Amino acid sequence: MNIENQQNLLQVEGLRTVFETRAGTVCAVDGVNVTVRRGECLGVVGESGSGKSVTFGSVMGLIRSPGRIDAGRILFDGKDLRELDARQMRAIRGRDIAMTMQDALTALNPALTVGEQLAEVMEAHDGDLPTGRSARKRAIRERSAEMLGLVGIPSPDTRLRQYPHEFSGGMRQRIMIAIALASRPRLLIADEPTTALDVTIQAQVLELISDIRAKLGMSVVLITHDLGVVSEYCDRVMVMYAGQIVEQGATADVVCRPKHPYTKGLLGSLPRLSLRGQAINPIEGQVPELINLPKQCRFYSRCRERAPECLQVIGMQDAGNGQFARCIRVKGEDIK
Amino acid sequence: MTAVMREGEAVANTAAAEESIFRRNLHSFAENRLALGSAIVVLLFVLMAIFAPLIAPHDPAETDLFRRLQPPAWMPGGEWSYLLGCDALGRDILSRIIYGARISIFIGAAVVMVATTIGIMAGLAAGYFRGWVDVLISRVVDILLGFPYLIFAIGLMAMMGPGLINIILALVYKEWVIPCRVVRGETLVTRELEYVEAARALGASGKHIMLREILPNILSPVIVVSTIRMAHVIILEASLSFLGLGVQPPTASWGAMVADGRAFILQAWWVSTFPGVAILLLVLAINVASQGLRDAFDPRFHE
Amino acid sequence: MSLARFIERLLQLIPVLLGVSAIVFVMITLTPGDPVEIMIGDQIVTPEQEEALRRDLGLDRPMLERFGLFLGNAVQGDFGESFYHRRPVAEVIAERLPATIELSLVALLVALFTAIPLGVLAAIKKNSIFDRMATVGSLLGVSLPGFWFGILLLMLFAVHLQILPVSGRIGFSSEIEPITHFLLIDTLLRGRPDAFLDALSHIILPAITLGLPMTAILMRVTRTSMLEVLRQDYITFAEAKGLSRHRILWRHALKNALIPTVSVAAIETGSLLGGNMIVETVFGWPGLGRLVVESIFVRNYPLVQAAVLFYAVTYVLLNFIADILYTVLNPRVKL
Repeated sequence: MNIENQQNLLQVEGLRTVFETRAGTVCAVDGVNVTVRRGECLGVVGESGSGKSVTFGSVMGLIRSPGRIDAGRILFDGKDLRELDARQMRAIRGRDIAMTMQDALTALNPALTVGEQLAEVMEAHDGDLPTGRSARKRAIRERSAEMLGLVGIPSPDTRLRQYPHEFSGGMRQRIMIAIALASRPRLLIADEPTTALDVTIQAQVLELISDIRAKLGMSVVLITHDLGVVSEYCDRVMVMYAGQIVEQGATADVVCRPKHPYTKGLLGSLPRLSLRGQAINPIEGQVPELINLPKQCRFYSRCRERAPECLQVIGMQDAGNGQFARCIRVKGEDIK
Repeated sequence: MTAVMREGEAVANTAAAEESIFRRNLHSFAENRLALGSAIVVLLFVLMAIFAPLIAPHDPAETDLFRRLQPPAWMPGGEWSYLLGCDALGRDILSRIIYGARISIFIGAAVVMVATTIGIMAGLAAGYFRGWVDVLISRVVDILLGFPYLIFAIGLMAMMGPGLINIILALVYKEWVIPCRVVRGETLVTRELEYVEAARALGASGKHIMLREILPNILSPVIVVSTIRMAHVIILEASLSFLGLGVQPPTASWGAMVADGRAFILQAWWVSTFPGVAILLLVLAINVASQGLRDAFDPRFHE
Repeated sequence: MSLARFIERLLQLIPVLLGVSAIVFVMITLTPGDPVEIMIGDQIVTPEQEEALRRDLGLDRPMLERFGLFLGNAVQGDFGESFYHRRPVAEVIAERLPATIELSLVALLVALFTAIPLGVLAAIKKNSIFDRMATVGSLLGVSLPGFWFGILLLMLFAVHLQILPVSGRIGFSSEIEPITHFLLIDTLLRGRPDAFLDALSHIILPAITLGLPMTAILMRVTRTSMLEVLRQDYITFAEAKGLSRHRILWRHALKNALIPTVSVAAIETGSLLGGNMIVETVFGWPGLGRLVVESIFVRNYPLVQAAVLFYAVTYVLLNFIADILYTVLNPRVKL
């Protein structure tokens, strides 16, 4: 157990994040356990509203009122982030855990130069900058240029003085990644890094993240709704549905031998990975409302394999080989 | 909205679609109560203006030198039959305020109605016909927007001389620009909509399309803007009167009453104060009511 | 913004300025009665002077030529003679202008320095008691008639508390030899802090009165745009970068939120021009606004005409500046 803990950079246990509304409490994330090992890439898949962004927003401490973390532990490098005060949390945010957002166009401040947005991360976090004013400035400049080089943006000296709108979409995404990486984080949470991009640029950006991960030896959480992306870039994958994890395991296992009907559905709706030449089948129905949910399987109403036994609390079932699914059809013992 | 929050809220929103309507209703109910109250205040002012001769305790023009600067009723030397005291000529301030409402409201309503009518016609023409009509009207609008409102009105009043009709004219000359711009913008959008295309395809005349198809659909923002403008016009009229460029004595007007009291702020604060309270109350009530109207009519204005 | 675009914008001003001048010209021309007689009024003038005025106005020539003449003279700053002052109109206006500019600038500063912090605070503490009070305050601010509010201030601070003067720009004993004609600056340049305080005590009430509606409007604009900005992704991203709350609010948020505030401020500065007439009248401020009001009653039409034209041109230029400021401050808008 101890050895395992040391392998795990991030360990989330029983996370519950809720949003208070006047109609009642909406449970956006309900009892989620996540582990991210050092140096690995974890894929997180799910439709919008499945709770994947809220889960990692909770990890970053970015949940704002009316939302709040209701229960659970978030252990980063053995420290429970929920016990830190705002100041300590700020010191971790951006330095140890960094995040990129879906759309760089809206995530970069339009009124500040790219250089300033890069420099401020270093100013906020970097302990080993020289103390003298001009030396400090020069060091930041060099580091900024280096970061732009790392993400493949040429002529950094002119680029640093420009504003976000002066870059193309793919370039902006690279800049956002450069900013996230400026303080050499140990964990990068990439929230839908490619949805806002053209297909050709998508691959470039993903390759870039993957290269840098190898170079810097950091862990990456890749949040996406695209199982195809996951199968190419991630070591392990976690599928979320309606605030819960419904399946997790090594990417190869989950993609080739999905156990949960929802994962099967996701794979079925994917043109590239259509299993054995089946027709593309979108999953019918909608994600249930996350308020006053019944105890039964949350996928019940949309499931093609539903049975009367599904109308009860269903825990994660061990499918062997480190693969788990929240479905009665998985043979094996209940790990909960 | 942030991406993280967006997902959370998307969840919350779908879960609570009914809830948010309920909340909005609750919210607008609370707001509307204020707006409704304000609308009632405006209505009371209008009734006061219409029935001024029945309500006013005294003749607003009747002077009485024995009552010169008589204080309000609750102060030493005051009388309950002269509730708010008397001005320098011994005229009853309350009665003059009641009669003054006639000037403020009449000018406010007349200016806004005439200006809105002109603005609607010009705006429809500019937005519907476009081309040189639009260029011409928009140029005139641009030029009129080049004048600060009050200065334009003061300049006109200086040339035309005082008088009720002249005030209305002086304000209308610039006021119509505001509804005109609103109507033009709305018309430009509306004329491209399917039902207007359909009417055109059926061979409806330009006049028919403008007045029957487009106008009813753009009326609500125009009404909202007009009510807000009414408050501005009332302040402008009061300002002109204050400068001595409004209706002429002995007709009671609030702005002029405030001006009359200026000479006596050392000994008789009430002469200037009460007419100003009347202006503030009416303008504030119109502003609050029109904000409620705006929220109800035009969801685009929501913050 | 590119230079070409700037010049294009500048050229667009020409038809507006021409139109504005035409309207001012028509205002005078359409005045009923013999303009010369009206202008002279009860003043005693020699027949030669009357003849000179008639010639100055070019009343014997066709309308269009007279407009051309008027424009040509206006461009050269020649607005004719103020009979009332027996001096050129331009000279009289120039003399009164510093007082008006000084008052407007102080009002602008008062408005900016109260509206922006209040607006930001109201946005940060949305729906708090403070926010509600600020909303009510701004509603009052736009509903208060300026002339009445000024009189109330006078009654409270000058008559009742007797801590501020009733009227004028500076006390008799504090008068100094002018340098820039801005008294707040001149008193300091002359090394008279007592006179500076005296000038300050004179300007404070008129400046508050003049700046009040602007404060109300700017506060609302700042609050709304700040709320809008705080909802943006780049604020979350800034938080995710681990920046301090201070830096996020005052650097990331405010820099964006101020873009609409600044351009609205430039536009509203134009509305101060109209307010000047009222406020200068209430507080006996010896500026251009009061001069215009006085001139109307003595039928000093050349002066009124010149002043209206001056105000309108200033107003158009301020709107132009607002436009430019908006594009300069907002790097996103490529024009």
